[in-house]
Amino acid sequence: MTRNQPFPFSAIVGQDAMKTAMILTAIDPGIGGVLVFGDRGTGKSTAVRALAALLPPITVVHGSPTNAATPEDQPDWAETVPDVLVERPTPVVDLPLGATEDRVVGALDIERALTRGEKAFEPGLLARANRGYLYIDEVNLLEDHIVDLLLDVAQSGENVIEREGLSIRHDARFVLVGSGNPEEGELRPQLLDRFGLSVEVRSPNDVEERIEVIRRRAAFDADKSAFMDHWTAEDAKIREAILAARGRLAGVAAPDPTLRDCAELCIALGSDGLRGELTLLRTARALAAYLGDPAVTRAHLRRVAPMALSHRLRRDPLDEAGSSTRVSRTVEDVFA
Amino acid sequence: MIEDPVEAWITGQLALTLLAVDPVGLKGVHLRARAGPVRDTLLAAIPDDLRPLRRISPGISDTQLYGGIDISATLAQGRLIREQGLLARKQRLLLTMAERCEPGLAARLAQALDGEAGHSVILLDEGADADERAPAALIERLAFSLDLDGLRSADMADIALDPRDIDMAREALPQVAVPDEALAVLVVTAARFGIHSLRAPLLALACARAHAALSRRQTVGDDDLRLAAQLVYAHRATMIPQEPDETEDTPEPPQPDDTQAKGPDETEQTTPDEMLIEAVKALLPPEILAALQSGGTGRGAKGSGGAGALRKGNRRGRPLPSRPGKPDGAHRIDIVATLRAAAPWQPLRRQAQPDAKGLLIRPSDIHLRRFKEMSDRLVIFAVDASGSSAVARLAEAKGAIELMLAEAYARRDHVALIAFRGEGAQVILPPTRSLVQTKRRLASLPGGGGTPLAAGLRAATELARQAGGHGLSPSLAVLTDGRANVPLPGRTGRAAAVEDAHSMAGLWRATGLPSALVDTGNRPTRDLATLAHAMGGAYVPLPRADSRGLSRAIGQALEA
Repeated sequence: MTRNQPFPFSAIVGQDAMKTAMILTAIDPGIGGVLVFGDRGTGKSTAVRALAALLPPITVVHGSPTNAATPEDQPDWAETVPDVLVERPTPVVDLPLGATEDRVVGALDIERALTRGEKAFEPGLLARANRGYLYIDEVNLLEDHIVDLLLDVAQSGENVIEREGLSIRHDARFVLVGSGNPEEGELRPQLLDRFGLSVEVRSPNDVEERIEVIRRRAAFDADKSAFMDHWTAEDAKIREAILAARGRLAGVAAPDPTLRDCAELCIALGSDGLRGELTLLRTARALAAYLGDPAVTRAHLRRVAPMALSHRLRRDPLDEAGSSTRVSRTVEDVFA
Repeated sequence: MIEDPVEAWITGQLALTLLAVDPVGLKGVHLRARAGPVRDTLLAAIPDDLRPLRRISPGISDTQLYGGIDISATLAQGRLIREQGLLARKQRLLLTMAERCEPGLAARLAQALDGEAGHSVILLDEGADADERAPAALIERLAFSLDLDGLRSADMADIALDPRDIDMAREALPQVAVPDEALAVLVVTAARFGIHSLRAPLLALACARAHAALSRRQTVGDDDLRLAAQLVYAHRATMIPQEPDETEDTPEPPQPDDTQAKGPDETEQTTPDEMLIEAVKALLPPEILAALQSGGTGRGAKGSGGAGALRKGNRRGRPLPSRPGKPDGAHRIDIVATLRAAAPWQPLRRQAQPDAKGLLIRPSDIHLRRFKEMSDRLVIFAVDASGSSAVARLAEAKGAIELMLAEAYARRDHVALIAFRGEGAQVILPPTRSLVQTKRRLASLPGGGGTPLAAGLRAATELARQAGGHGLSPSLAVLTDGRANVPLPGRTGRAAAVEDAHSMAGLWRATGLPSALVDTGNRPTRDLATLAHAMGGAYVPLPRADSRGLSRAIGQALEA
């Protein structure tokens, strides 16, 4: 039995919106992350942990603390490493709730400062997440000062540390994946906006589907290797599809009528700023690439609009309908 | 609820035995009981397979959990000494005072439980009030939840379980087969009790298998399923299954308006399910039955009671002078202060250790940074829901609460709502920042009856005291339009009502917390102005305000 063998992504029953959103960000990391909101025990964490196995490996400089792609990208504070490039899995780094600022951004290496009197930098989670994913479970419970840090870094793609006599910067480009339970608190609009996509997950209502979930999980717990034998092949198919889609991505056309559709949709919804349009188009394009279609059409927009836009609406506390229903309704009106 | 104390005791023992058989699958037990002989005896009866138990407290640091640098040893030896964290190896944890567990620690423990390392946890929850509970995120992941309150030492029967039985069961466990129908039965039963989480059926399945192994059965049978459903589902239920064919024992059908509770109404039920449902129903905690029958919300809605926004208290604030202390991962070392403390001793220490290189720093030199913490504000609304206040006022109050909550993030406010009407006061909304929860609770706010101002003020003071303990700074907004006419329980008459209201106002005043009394009546009343004075708060006559005006006025009055 392998330790920490995550449940395979392809074996997750249902939850199509969440799975699609994750695949699309894997195709185009520029979409900018996924926020998964839902009740406890709906498989949020399972899906994120399974994601790691789906992602194609990246090439990094051996021993690089920031997963640098080339020796030139290696930050100057990092200890010199041989110019050896190695392949390693895309990092999926967990940011635990209650992590201190030092652990997140990195800090003065206390042990070396105290024992050897050296001023050295100890990289934090942001360095490890560079070129990969940063996963925050219970993101709505994250402390404010950590949120502030993340907002800044997620925007600039660079982590700047100016304290304790250190002056250091390094690349920190990562895809933010958050999950949470809306009953436990709201997310700040600024942080919401940093997530490219947002999906709401529910426990399946269909009894057969629920039974299938339990059946698979029980089979997984009973005999991991047999279960993995079957599903690793499925995971590999998705991974290949993601790679193929990445190749096609640049070739997917976005004709003028589609751009107009995007703009009209965002105006009708009254979403703030232009990030909505940009994300909508990018996501639709990734979907078209995944499906092998040559150009972005209304069908693609219709499918991705709820996940790309629902969290960008101005919240009306007195409106009872969920925001994704509002988006779907508006889509139907605009495309009618 | 298990009525018979002896049976409760046996169930507790059984749960621990099952946990010993399959600690990895069942994850642990949430044990709600005061410290006392009953709890001690139960813990002493924990099978040897679950030992050694590592006792941890809610104050445990990251270094202890995950490992880190052993600063004292490092400094003493002049080279890096790491200490291993608790979670590095498989642990049987015992978390004491689990009701004080911070959401951060709960999240980290939950993560450890979700992992493959095979940890298990026993939560000792000594919470006194219904809202004071171990974090829901943790309870949800554990198979069992036991409540030992009301159990006396006399009820404890000694159950001798041969440790060899447990060993045999552990060996037999991997071979226990589960028929496909059994899976279906467990899933359907969970759905009918309104249990949405898919962890519940998985835990029930593990429980059924462990019980089958303990009973030396090769296949999971009806008995195992029934026991599993009872132990795992009863405390999670959010609704009573509706019965299509018999109506005698449920006086009212449960209100399906709460949450997204969707019973699988279209599926045809088979007999084994009914058997399980009856079994679980017999064990439903009384407060759930009461809540469901009164048409209120079940436990599902208040899921975040213990964890979540409630305790998300303090942030970093204004820096204070640093102080000597032991680094524990949660605090930051103030390097400059540490060096400053070490500097005068260098020559002396150099004499003692002529060979040592670099600075000579002792653990006692280490200074930690401190911050003056700022609390999140909690606005408690005590709303008059009596007949005179009528529906319109109530709707405005609801609107104001939702508006204040919508601004909550910017202003760092939490919101709570107490409604008083008829005979007493009721906490409709425990402190929260969640819009989702607020809407659910507000939708079902009832109205009508007398004006028990005293009860409302008492409930508010109580809530403020609790919230203060969780690191929030409470303030109170009372919305009423009339004079008190219902006294505290045990007294009668209008004069007593007014007197009680004033003494309760004094109680609030003693807390020294800010308050505002909003008079929503058509004409300002002198009585209410006096009462506001007795509370030490502002009096705001506001006869014709809409939700927005109300929210603004309250904000200003409390700010002042």
